[in-house]
Amino acid sequence: MFSQIYEITAMNVRNIGSRIGSSSVIVVGIAGVVAVLVGLLSMATGFNMVLESSSLPNRAIVMRDGTNGELSSNLGIEEFNILSRMEGIELASGELYVIADIPKKETGSPANLVFRGMRQAGLDIRPEFQIVAGRRFEPGRNELVAGVMAAAEFAGLEIGSEIDFRESNWRIVGHFEAQGGAYESEVWADLAVVQSSFRRPGSITSARVLLEDPAQAEAINERIQADPRLDLRLETEAQFYASQGEQRAALINTFGYGVAFLMAIGAVFAALNTMYTAVSTRTVEIAILRALGFGGVPLVFSVMIEALLLAVLGGILGGVVVYLLFDGYTASTLNSGSFSQVAFDFAVTPELLRLGITWALVLGVIGGLFPAVRAARLPITTALRGE
Amino acid sequence: MAIVECRDVEKQFVKGRETVEVLTGINLDIEEGDFLALMGPSGSGKTTLLNLIGGLDHPTSGLIRVGGSDLNELSGRALAKWRSVHVGFIFQFYNLLPVLNAQRNVELPLLLTNLSRAQRQKNAAIALEIVGLTDRAKHKPGELSGGQQQRVAIARAIVADPKLLVCDEPTGDLDRETADEILGLLEILNRDHRKTVIVVTHDPKAAGHAKKILHMDKGKLVEEAIV
Repeated sequence: MFSQIYEITAMNVRNIGSRIGSSSVIVVGIAGVVAVLVGLLSMATGFNMVLESSSLPNRAIVMRDGTNGELSSNLGIEEFNILSRMEGIELASGELYVIADIPKKETGSPANLVFRGMRQAGLDIRPEFQIVAGRRFEPGRNELVAGVMAAAEFAGLEIGSEIDFRESNWRIVGHFEAQGGAYESEVWADLAVVQSSFRRPGSITSARVLLEDPAQAEAINERIQADPRLDLRLETEAQFYASQGEQRAALINTFGYGVAFLMAIGAVFAALNTMYTAVSTRTVEIAILRALGFGGVPLVFSVMIEALLLAVLGGILGGVVVYLLFDGYTASTLNSGSFSQVAFDFAVTPELLRLGITWALVLGVIGGLFPAVRAARLPITTALRGE
Repeated sequence: MAIVECRDVEKQFVKGRETVEVLTGINLDIEEGDFLALMGPSGSGKTTLLNLIGGLDHPTSGLIRVGGSDLNELSGRALAKWRSVHVGFIFQFYNLLPVLNAQRNVELPLLLTNLSRAQRQKNAAIALEIVGLTDRAKHKPGELSGGQQQRVAIARAIVADPKLLVCDEPTGDLDRETADEILGLLEILNRDHRKTVIVVTHDPKAAGHAKKILHMDKGKLVEEAIV
């Protein structure tokens, strides 16, 4: 049985060269489906990777209970003081999170840039923060440091340049990295200066806290919720960013799978047509093999294997194309959770490539099965006449 | 001893609402070692009868026993296995697989056996030697003449050493001289290798190589002649 399958399949594969045109329809069609699917999902993956890499397991965010983002949250100074003295909290950073309209480099149209005010604790609490050019901002001065993604996406954030926000003038003194996280799409400055410039004296919108034990996050949150002086909620950064990315990822995933599904229907018909043609052009050959005593099962397998080979070729082609075109491509999108632009790189991960190949195989199975069964059911005497 | 027995064989084809009687009341015995020519006009049922004897199709009614096996009782898979062991097919248009060379074409029926690759190659080489094509073993069908292709087809038909060779217009696509060579080869296989040969042909000269000629008309056997 296996030698039959092997020989017939080898023969079919050798024959592909003579049907290069019709065979390439399958390859290109499936490559297109895989490229679109993987390309779109690589966007969601890249976006989620940015949010995921923004979090540390022992770091949490505290906001007003009932709010779903830093922008709409605010903490009273008393609340922050109580919070920072709570058992299990090693360090707390009160921060002011505001949005500034800055033109994007590529389009020139203004987009929301996160402007975060913080004290030294804000830097200490983020060990991933690293100045890669220039220096840190100095307390009390209108200086800011820009994340590398923000500097790449927004105009006027070069070191040494000056920029106006809300009737105040700021000087960019450094660029920083934060292990590829969402912070790299923000600009940071001294809390007191930001409060003054944005006319929100004494205001903080959220607190970042360093936990002594990440496992205690839930317990600390329960204590916060139980304290009548506090109307706050604590979430680990992992929870916070997961919920931030959820909507966007769901949207991209829905769109990605939707478009890929529509294209897949087209690709299946292309594969069906090609494989039916392949079978019909080999009607006599198939009939000869069956006359000689070859069974229907090896024929079904051989046609299926040919379809799957072409499908896998298509899957690999689609994966390679999308990897070369999109992997690492930087884009930015509005994070609906924070109303700010988050820059991210498309990430064509091995998981996405495996998903693409899986889709290609499924399309190959569907496209090959019916022609394969037809090949096995051809009446020999009719097929020998080429009918 | 009869290697082929046909008893009251009928074959009908249904085309749309119409039923066409192709074979009617065929009763026939073919002795082992015979060389039989089936002649008759187009549509007389020669090829249909040949296909039934070769196990490529089932009769609508009646009995066909070949080499002691009742073909009606064999399932599709069993019939395929039976064909691979008992029958060699030779067609008008050779029906070789164009992507395989002569050696690999001849080896094809042996893929259905348990022979090792080396033994398959050896047997195929012997079959090619019998038909005089040893030096063309590595040539693909497209690189061979019509007569050479038919020789390869004959080698393929005999490589598994079946007792019965069924030949459907084996010289129909060949010139006279080449046709005579092919028919001479079939004679050798019949005489020296004890193969029972059944040839369907329109050509009286081709039929002249047979020991016995059967004439068919309108689905019936009408005449028998001993050559």
